[in-house]
Amino acid sequence: MAHSIVLAGSAASNTEVVAWWVMAIVAVAAALGMVLTRLAVYCAVLLAVIMLILAGMYAMQGAPFLAFVQVIVYTGAVLMLFLFVMMIVGITSSDSLIEVIRGQRLFAALAGIGMLVLLILVVGHATIGRAAPTTALNSSQNVPGLARLIFTTYVFPFEVTSALLITAALGAMVLAHRERTSPRPTQRMLSRRRIASGRPTPLPGPGTYAQHNAVDMPALLPDGTQSRLSVSSVLASRAAEAGAATRPSIGGGVDVGEGTEQAGREQAGREQAGREQVGREQAGREQAGSEEANGHGHGQGEEQR
Amino acid sequence: MISPANYVALAAILFVIGGVGVLVRRNALVVFMCVELMLNAVNLAFIAFARLHGDLNGQVIAFFVMVVAAAEVVVGLAILTSIFRARKSASVDDANLLKY
Repeated sequence: MAHSIVLAGSAASNTEVVAWWVMAIVAVAAALGMVLTRLAVYCAVLLAVIMLILAGMYAMQGAPFLAFVQVIVYTGAVLMLFLFVMMIVGITSSDSLIEVIRGQRLFAALAGIGMLVLLILVVGHATIGRAAPTTALNSSQNVPGLARLIFTTYVFPFEVTSALLITAALGAMVLAHRERTSPRPTQRMLSRRRIASGRPTPLPGPGTYAQHNAVDMPALLPDGTQSRLSVSSVLASRAAEAGAATRPSIGGGVDVGEGTEQAGREQAGREQAGREQVGREQAGREQAGSEEANGHGHGQGEEQR
Repeated sequence: MISPANYVALAAILFVIGGVGVLVRRNALVVFMCVELMLNAVNLAFIAFARLHGDLNGQVIAFFVMVVAAAEVVVGLAILTSIFRARKSASVDDANLLKY
């Protein structure tokens, strides 16, 4: 690739060359990181880096309109859509390392290298001349020039594009729509379920009488024990994933005997009249939670019961 | 001044990386992102050639590619959420019922 650099004499061109190389290297590194990193969120962030760099390159190539469209549409809309869906699918969604097709990664890498060699050979052998001199079409007349082309030469594809966009919007609505399979619970059914669950009162709020009022801080009962029901089960499972050691000492300072997760769990069990009741409690909460798409926060599950 | 050949070479590299990502990754979201990367790489090549020829046709094509990519992402992500709702998984390996 180095042979194709055309170094012009002026200082402005030199800064362009330096900027280009920095941007190109960062973009390729981000693209490689996107393929190699396991967590989907990191992929999204690295993709944002690539798209912003490409927007800069569009601007360097005399396409200011497309540079802004790139920032607004890609990094603004498309990537936000990705992040929204990631919130639904699970922010920690990552790839499994199990190869379903044996040797797939190896063959994919080989195919990639082969294709890269092929493309670079094609680009290297083609006589790609020097860029045409910058005209007003690349700066002040860019938007009027594009508009003239879109609404004259490309007016039919442009209209087809509008049909495509409407179809896509409708398709997304149809696909994302969820049919309610069970009848919507009435207030009577909800109150019946609430009484039948064995706990007619709302669940205890987190942080009551505890050291902090954070949502992951279990409330303290009058005898100083922790109420496990006061913390959302989502948070509890997340803390268990992260490891109990990373959790701050729960309720330290207040007269609590044990601070460990296991002890807190046992005490929470004792706090209810019996184990069975706790089980029913959890089942009721899970049922309430499953009516929504995902595990919701503590408060919403409470409202639904 | 940077030659259009450099831009085209960079576009080729990004395109290949995106293609390898599509082949290698199992998470459907990441596969989509890699497809986006490939589309972006092609856009870069289009704009480089528009610059080479000194007219705006390539930029208009890149604009249309962006529109199509936006529509594709909208529908694709809607399909993904509906699959996730049914199968509780975003992995492309789990959506294999049509195989039989």
